[in-house]
Amino acid sequence: MATDTHGGEKHSPLEQFEIKELIPIEIGGNDISFTNSALMMVIAVALIVLLMVVGTRKQAMIPGRWQAIAEMFYEFVANLIRDTVGNEGRKYFPFIFTLFMFILFGNMLGMVPYSFTFTSHIAVTFAMAMVVFLGVTILGFAKHGLHFFSLFVPPGVPIWMWPLMIPIEVISYLSRPISLAMRLFANMLAGHTLLKVFAGFVPALGAAGILPLAFVGALTGLEMLIAFLQAYVFAILTCLYINDALHLH
Amino acid sequence: MELAAAKLIGAGLAVIGVIGAGIGIGNVFSAFITAVGRNPAARDQVFTMTMLGFALVEAIALFALVIALIILFG
Repeated sequence: MATDTHGGEKHSPLEQFEIKELIPIEIGGNDISFTNSALMMVIAVALIVLLMVVGTRKQAMIPGRWQAIAEMFYEFVANLIRDTVGNEGRKYFPFIFTLFMFILFGNMLGMVPYSFTFTSHIAVTFAMAMVVFLGVTILGFAKHGLHFFSLFVPPGVPIWMWPLMIPIEVISYLSRPISLAMRLFANMLAGHTLLKVFAGFVPALGAAGILPLAFVGALTGLEMLIAFLQAYVFAILTCLYINDALHLH
Repeated sequence: MELAAAKLIGAGLAVIGVIGAGIGIGNVFSAFITAVGRNPAARDQVFTMTMLGFALVEAIALFALVIALIILFG
């Protein structure tokens, strides 16, 4: 019984991350096909737009259900920016809000069975992290000019320590996009793989499978928390980087 | 050594790194409990910082796990 529950072919827990072409498009030798990853991104953006448009359609003094949800998201991100960057951060609100909602909806849609998590691909997360990194660097140079390089000198460090500290600071600055991208990607990949591996124990154990089944239930709850937390962490780190670029130290 | 055996041993070795993250997460939450015990009024403020610290530490564990998975399935 335990052997034939797996069916004829072997299912890898990494199968869910496979990218499938839905509409093959090729322009000038470049493959720009519409994939299931792109489809999930379109669905995520459509849901966000729907939520915000419906939520702000009639701006009542006493918010209805939709308006309450939209206001909750708005206030959450607005508070986040106010706490980390301060008042100058307000003009970056649209960027942070878009980033947060896109990642949050991407992570949450990935929790739906048989769907696809586009944030579990490093190409997607690294593109977002690189946009943040380049944007913050350009912002810092535009605001401070060459004085921006003083970011690499920690305050209160004696001058004979500079040859040691500056390379460390430069490397830690350059590793920002990698750690930002890897964190989101690894969390989503490992979390979803873990769910699949544990789900595989359920049929394999037969009647005793009720134990891993209960565990999978709890794990799904944890994954929901992680999905939210990772969007939050991405947003808050972006805010901290913007704060660094605006205020140096 | 056979490649398959080496892969399994390598994946097992790669997840040793999770020990550090386990200690780290324990530290994060013990510090959180201590802080709330000393000043319960600061709970909300400390909690967001705790969650941030938890996510940052947990990411390190997942780096190790991803390496293990790449070795196993890659």
